[in-house]
Amino acid sequence: MIAALTLLLVFQLVGEVIARALALPIPGPVIGMALLFLALLIRGGPSEEVRLTSGQLLQHLSLLFVPAGTGIVLYGERIAAEWLPLLVSLFLSTFLTLAVTALVLKALTRKRATPTTEAGK
Amino acid sequence: MNPKLEEIWVYLSASPLLGLTLTLLAYQAAFWIYKRVGFHPLANPVLISVAILASLLLATGTPYQAYFDGAQFVHFLLGPATVALAIPLYAQWPRLKAMAGPLMIALVAGSLTAALSAWGIGALLGGSRESLMSLAPKSVTTPIAMGVAERIGGLPSLTAVLVISAGIIGAVFGRGVMRRLNVSDHAVHGFAIGIASHGIGTARAFQVSEQAGAFAALAMGLNGLITAVSLPWIMPWVERLFAG
Repeated sequence: MIAALTLLLVFQLVGEVIARALALPIPGPVIGMALLFLALLIRGGPSEEVRLTSGQLLQHLSLLFVPAGTGIVLYGERIAAEWLPLLVSLFLSTFLTLAVTALVLKALTRKRATPTTEAGK
Repeated sequence: MNPKLEEIWVYLSASPLLGLTLTLLAYQAAFWIYKRVGFHPLANPVLISVAILASLLLATGTPYQAYFDGAQFVHFLLGPATVALAIPLYAQWPRLKAMAGPLMIALVAGSLTAALSAWGIGALLGGSRESLMSLAPKSVTTPIAMGVAERIGGLPSLTAVLVISAGIIGAVFGRGVMRRLNVSDHAVHGFAIGIASHGIGTARAFQVSEQAGAFAALAMGLNGLITAVSLPWIMPWVERLFAG
């Protein structure tokens, strides 16, 4: 578990250094994820230990958002003053985004999938 | 307060132990409730934990910063957890590669919808400029959204709260929306929830299936990438066009 955590932190560190050195607008951990992904492609997959540790970390991913979410206590006044645009925008825009993404992807994959399955017959 | 108790309180409020322990306790309680109701999406564990902690802070008059000094150890793990998303991504690589073209088109469509509709709906309802610019990056992962908000004139810490709210909304209602749209493919479901609701949606997608989770992780990473690059030049243009 410690070896796997070390590996994740090393990739995060390298990601942070690259993001800062090249002044990229992308956060270090996202670059670290891309690099680890490339490393996995080259190596041909993760070790059992890395697979288990990251599985455990990702299983409780929701927990990690709790401290930042609790920051809502700082915005009582603004939320009271602007609750309507904030709330309606959050809900409607999230629904729209879900629907547009899913429908576009569904339409495109259906078109593609049909000819391949028929060609396979 | 009894002097002994006061002494203990002074120690606890200066130490990170209390904030950290309370965060974990609140999450345990929230997860217990979530499990008791058969993982009903309305009982989202982030939502319940935040409600418990925010009520506690407000009731005891504890400043958020004092709480965060302890809770930051949990917050810190977001970094390695983001890196760890490479593992499910790798596991789904063959399917991802086969769907690359459609995924890219859906990414651009979803990402633009997320930012423009958030801004537009907020603007129609009279939101302030700062709030609108904090809303625009609400669908991407917290660190990217905060950086983008700063560059386009939003408030980074308000953005963090809006991002988490958008995440919870997608996690709670995502499955219902997919059912309405007759989406049964876990890849499509995961990708849509990752675009709209970043890491919180991804956490929820992993409970649906590993495939949904991997596609959500990919969507979250890609949406963060193109939003970080595109919003700082799209938003000033949108603002000139419509709000001028």
